This record gives sequence, C-alpha cells and structure tokens, in this order.
Amino acid sequence: MSSLVIDSIGPASSVQDGGRPGSQRYGLVPSGAMDRLALAAANTLVGNEPFTAVVEVGPFGAKFTARGGTVRVAMAGASRNADIAGRTVASDMSATLAEGETLTLGFARGGSFSYLAIEGGIEGEPKFGSLAVNARAGLGSPYPRPLQSGDALQVKAASGAPERRIELPAASEAPIRIVWGPQDDEFAGDTKKLFVDSEWKISPTSDRMGYRLEGPMIKHLHGHNIVSDGTVDGSLQVPGNGQPIVLMRDRGTSGGYPKIATVISADFGRFAQTPAGQPFRFTAVSMAEAQAEARKFAELLRTLPERLRAIESVDLNIDALHDANVAGHAVSAVDAGTWHAEALAGPD
Amino acid sequence: MTSTFPPPRLLPSGDSAITVEFSRNIDDVANRRVLALDRAMAAEPVTGVTETVPTYRSLLVHYDPVQVDFDRLGGQILTLAQRPVPAATNTRRWRIPVCYGGEHGIDLEDVAKTLNITPEEIVARHVAGDYRVAMIGFTPGWSYLSGLTETLHMPRRQNPRLLTPAGTVSIGGVQTGVQCLAGPSGWHLLGRTAVRTYQLHRDPIFLLEPGDNITFTPVDAKTFADQDRAAEAGEFIAEQIAS
Repeated sequence: MSSLVIDSIGPASSVQDGGRPGSQRYGLVPSGAMDRLALAAANTLVGNEPFTAVVEVGPFGAKFTARGGTVRVAMAGASRNADIAGRTVASDMSATLAEGETLTLGFARGGSFSYLAIEGGIEGEPKFGSLAVNARAGLGSPYPRPLQSGDALQVKAASGAPERRIELPAASEAPIRIVWGPQDDEFAGDTKKLFVDSEWKISPTSDRMGYRLEGPMIKHLHGHNIVSDGTVDGSLQVPGNGQPIVLMRDRGTSGGYPKIATVISADFGRFAQTPAGQPFRFTAVSMAEAQAEARKFAELLRTLPERLRAIESVDLNIDALHDANVAGHAVSAVDAGTWHAEALAGPD
Repeated sequence: MTSTFPPPRLLPSGDSAITVEFSRNIDDVANRRVLALDRAMAAEPVTGVTETVPTYRSLLVHYDPVQVDFDRLGGQILTLAQRPVPAATNTRRWRIPVCYGGEHGIDLEDVAKTLNITPEEIVARHVAGDYRVAMIGFTPGWSYLSGLTETLHMPRRQNPRLLTPAGTVSIGGVQTGVQCLAGPSGWHLLGRTAVRTYQLHRDPIFLLEPGDNITFTPVDAKTFADQDRAAEAGEFIAEQIAS
C-alpha cells in the first residue's frame, strides 16, 4: 500500500467519482465529478473503471507526494502545468511517481477542474456506493469535506504497467446547448429569445452547488416563486433578481424558482469547465437532438479504452512529442487534442 | 377517487428527466396522485427509469436516454398515471416529539403575537394536526408536511436566516416541516425534535418516506436533551404507531 500525501491544495478540490444516484427522493443529491468525460478519461489511462474515485482538482494549483511506495497517476480535464520531480508531464497521459517524488500542478487553464486518477483508485468507505464528497450531507471518503494540506490518500502501489496517453476529441467552443423547460412557460417569448441571443459569464462566486450567471435581466411572467419541484444537473433556475443560476452536482434536490431551461447532459461537463468571467452563449436544441447527443456521449465514454495509445517512456522526450504533435500546427482534432499542445508548450 | 382527472403535463427537465406535473399549486389531491404514480412506477419498473423524486405537485422521473426516449417514456408514464388513485398510498404513521418555544423555537412568541393568540394555543394547534410527508427535498431528510391548519398559515420571514439548527420544526406559508441538517431557512421556528430523519451509521439512514403520516407530541427541554443524546447514539426516538 502506498499513499499520496497532499502537500498543498487550493479550495474546491475534493474526492469525486460517478456519484450516488438513487436517494434524491430523500433529499440526497448524487454529487460526483463535474466533468464525467475527464473523470472517465483519467481513470481509463490508469486501467480503472471509468467512474472510480479520483481527486477533482479545482482551479488553483496543488502538490502531491508519493509515500510508502510508487504511485501511478493520470490527469485529464483542464490543462495545467504539471511536473514530477522536475520532469514535465503532459495532460491526458499516465505517469509514475517514485517513493518520495512530488507531483506539482499549476493553475488550471482553459477549464476549471482537472481529474487526477490513481491506479487502483482511492481507499475509502463507500456510502450508497460512492466516495464522492458532499460536505453538506457529511458524506465522502476518506474525508467528508474538501481536501486540505496534510491529508493522505491511501492508494495501491503502482503495477509497473506501461505508461499510456489517450486521444480525446478537441474541446469544443460551440454554444452550450439547452432544452427549454420545465417552466419556460413562466417566461415571455421575447425573454427566451434574449436568453439565447445574449452573451453570458459565470460569476466567480460560483461553486459545485450552482453557477451564477451574469448577463441580461431575465424577467418572469408571473413572479419568481413556484411550488418547489425536483431539479436535475443543469437546471437553469431564475431567482427574483433575473440572473440565472445553473444547478450543478451539489444542488438541492428540489427548488422553488422557475427553471427556464436545462443544459443538455452531453454538454454539462463542458459547461462546468467554463472558466469564471469567460463569455459564452447558449443555444436551444430539440429533445430529439439532445437525446441523440446523449447517446453519442455515452458511446464516447464506452469506447474510451479504444483511444489509448502506448508511449515510449515515463521520462517524456519533450522535443520528440513537440515534433510529433504540433509540427506545422497541422493538428488533427482527434490525433492531438489542444490540451496536449498546451501542456507541451512548457511553463508559463 | 378514480381516474376522472385530466392527465398530468409532461415537462422536459433536460434530456434525462421528465417532470410529471399534476398541479401548479400545493394540492392534497395532486400530491396523492404523485405518490400513487410513484408507487405504480416502483411496482412495475419501466425500462430506462433510474429513480423517481415525488414532490408536492409533480413526480420527477430520471431516466437513461440511451435506453428510452422522451416520447416513449412519456407515453408509458401517462398510461400508469391513469390508474385509479388509492385513498391512502402509505399507512405508516410516526409520533415525533417536539420541544416547542424557548431557545428551541425562537419564533414561537412572534408567531403568537402575529396571529394574536397565546404561544400555548399555537402549540396546541400544531400538535393537533394530522400530517403527511408530501415530499422530502432540498437537503437530506428535509421533510415537507401537508395538513397544517389554515389558522397557522402565515407568510415566510422577510429575511431568511442563514443558519437554523438541525432538527428544527417550523412553519412557512401553508406548510410545516421537519429539517434534519442545519441550514438556511425563511420559515418560522416553532421548536426542535431530537429525531434524525437522516443519520449516517444508522439503519435505515432515512427514517421517513414520502407518504408517511406524522403526528407531533410536545416534550420539555430536559426530555429533548435526553432524547437528543439517545438519537446521537443511533436511537430512532420517533415512535412508529402504525405500519
């Protein structure tokens, strides 16, 4: 048994996995990783099941040290500078920390959350089949709260399996897709048009419970109180001040504000990764299109293992990778995601 | 009651959930229809449905769009929603002790002044109620009860409190409720119960089910303190008086 000791970590970093659905009727929200594709990709890299518990690292940097043995890790999601004992590590690749070596992560770029998967997962006591942290409900293991400096995660010793990289689709910058409802009839047609015609930003006061949006005033037709009903990940509720809040993984299971629309499930992770302050737009799609995208997303998750590729050495040859991936900038969206290129660009 | 009601509205809640809306208001008949549909969906599982969440006036049905699409599932739900609604969907009944007033119910005096009756009369009316768990929501174990006497209906506080104690029993609008965890609330705090509607390391972790019946019984502060210690050790405290 090895452990991964947290030397330093920013706020909004916690152990997350696929979450704990099934108890929303008792007021318990599933929680789980904000970006399920990145969660699954990081886990696939180290041979774990796709929704195994990982460290969800928030926008700030972090340092981890392997103790008691080697530890094999992989990171996916928001790009950031990463090195192990001075060796640069690219995103979307696995790497191994020898006993006593430190993994240093910089600030997130082009996203908010990175997913640090550990081969064999994290030791903990699951509740409702999950280790996901939900601090409000006192749930999460090994710590029922965000991670702090000094915490130690018990993990399996590295197996010595060869390191790999994974080829992910390029991150899209297209508008975030929504379907109207369930209470879009609480808003005038002009208001709905304003909602999709406008530029929005995510407020820095956002968290895993909800992302507060800044943009035009969204006016209600009949006031801002409805009798509470159920919520889902991506519910776009509009409180009295007309500034929508998108409900995220740690939402309440019910709410009393009208919900004008819902972010489609295939775009939820991409929306969750949108950095605070970066302008973006919404676009409305049909239910048929949203469900077709949900099926495509499920297929992408299912086929992640087919996207694994061998890499030659743990000690990355940066020049060779640079030549292979970004020469002439003729980068295929599939062959080399933008995250690779960014990660290989070196420290800021 | 039979299926002479209009069909519920099927509202999309993203691509992976349907809100089955029976009413826009807090409505006892609508809530019974919600709970009846919830029970019917549990008795005859529908392909692709992952979980259901009953509320006052709607049933939220979560599903996997890889297994079933909106139109097909919607049709199946409408068929189930046309079944006759039983008079009572659940006969479980619990007696929940409450320490009213004082430090445990800091709004009791103000509520009494607002309604121009004595605090004792507020307690008497609250205790006389026969309640049903209409929904559990927002945070684990937060139980919203229907059946509050109209004589205790009053608007929520102008300024919601950011932190109210675990176990608070309160009234707001036409509702009363039992919250389990400490948290924000705009309701008027009448008292506290030692009963944990949600408690990890206890079996069952969740005490109450939507549809359960509740009566309250007053206890003094000393009894509350004793019960609170016992509850912390895992005792139910709530007394089940029918099953």
